[in-house]
Amino acid sequence: MTEAPAGIDPRGPRFGAALTAVLLVAVLLLPAPASLVVLAVVVASFALGAVRGVGGTWQGWVYRTAVRPRLGAPTELEDPRPPRFAQLVGLVVTGVGLLLGLAGVAAAVPVAAALALIAAFLNAVFGLCLGCEMYLLGVRLRSRAAA
Amino acid sequence: MLRLVLVLLVLAVATAIGLWWRSRNGRYTAIDPALVPDGSAGKADAGPGLVASNEIGAALGSRATFVQLSSEVCAPCRRTHAVLGAIAAEHDDVVHVDLDVTEHLDLVRRFNVLRTPTTLVLDPHGTVVGRLSGGTDRHHALAALSHVPATSIRSKS
Repeated sequence: MTEAPAGIDPRGPRFGAALTAVLLVAVLLLPAPASLVVLAVVVASFALGAVRGVGGTWQGWVYRTAVRPRLGAPTELEDPRPPRFAQLVGLVVTGVGLLLGLAGVAAAVPVAAALALIAAFLNAVFGLCLGCEMYLLGVRLRSRAAA
Repeated sequence: MLRLVLVLLVLAVATAIGLWWRSRNGRYTAIDPALVPDGSAGKADAGPGLVASNEIGAALGSRATFVQLSSEVCAPCRRTHAVLGAIAAEHDDVVHVDLDVTEHLDLVRRFNVLRTPTTLVLDPHGTVVGRLSGGTDRHHALAALSHVPATSIRSKS
């Protein structure tokens, strides 16, 4: 394994996932034009997270400035790469939904939002990183295609 | 109203997945001995239910070996590594190796590993007797150790 970068507070990504889940609920509840706007915000947040890591998102900023000072120090630190990979998975799922929605496939918006909501909810409530669990399946498929 | 029902349905599905995942995470699952081929011969090329020491780059433990399969993008892998590493340090006859799945796809395929971390539990002959699926804790790991059948100890070469 490559050298691990500096650890991050594992509660940060879970708090961020809770904020994302609230936005995704709004996507499901709002009527057509507004839902697309909120979904675009979610896509942009995932893009930030995929490029800069979870700490570089607005959710990460809210956590650091508003939540972290009220909590004690974390008991353990986490590698920043798994949550960043999960942000990429979220970006793909919501990005496809947004593009299809803009192209006129209205049903794609709630489907993408529902899938992303399940992942964000599992991350926030159970600490289960669905994107990370799927990583090995991706590796297996890729190596099979190459073979 | 329909939208609200949809949201509640999605959250109910997510809760069910989460509870199911949490209940089985890190638990030891024994492999049915009837399905394990006869592992008495310690051949260099491992059989279907066997892992050879040259495959994992370490001598097998005389009581048990934890073969942890990890990936880079896996936070529970690190916690599991610490748990299993501590147990191996406490027991002279227990060995722990942590392998990257991308470098050991042969093992991943052979034992149908679908997620990281998955820890294969080997008896002294290298026969896979069970596995710990998902991030595991000390309690589950020690339970796995107690399940490894007592076999005649083969001297380490």
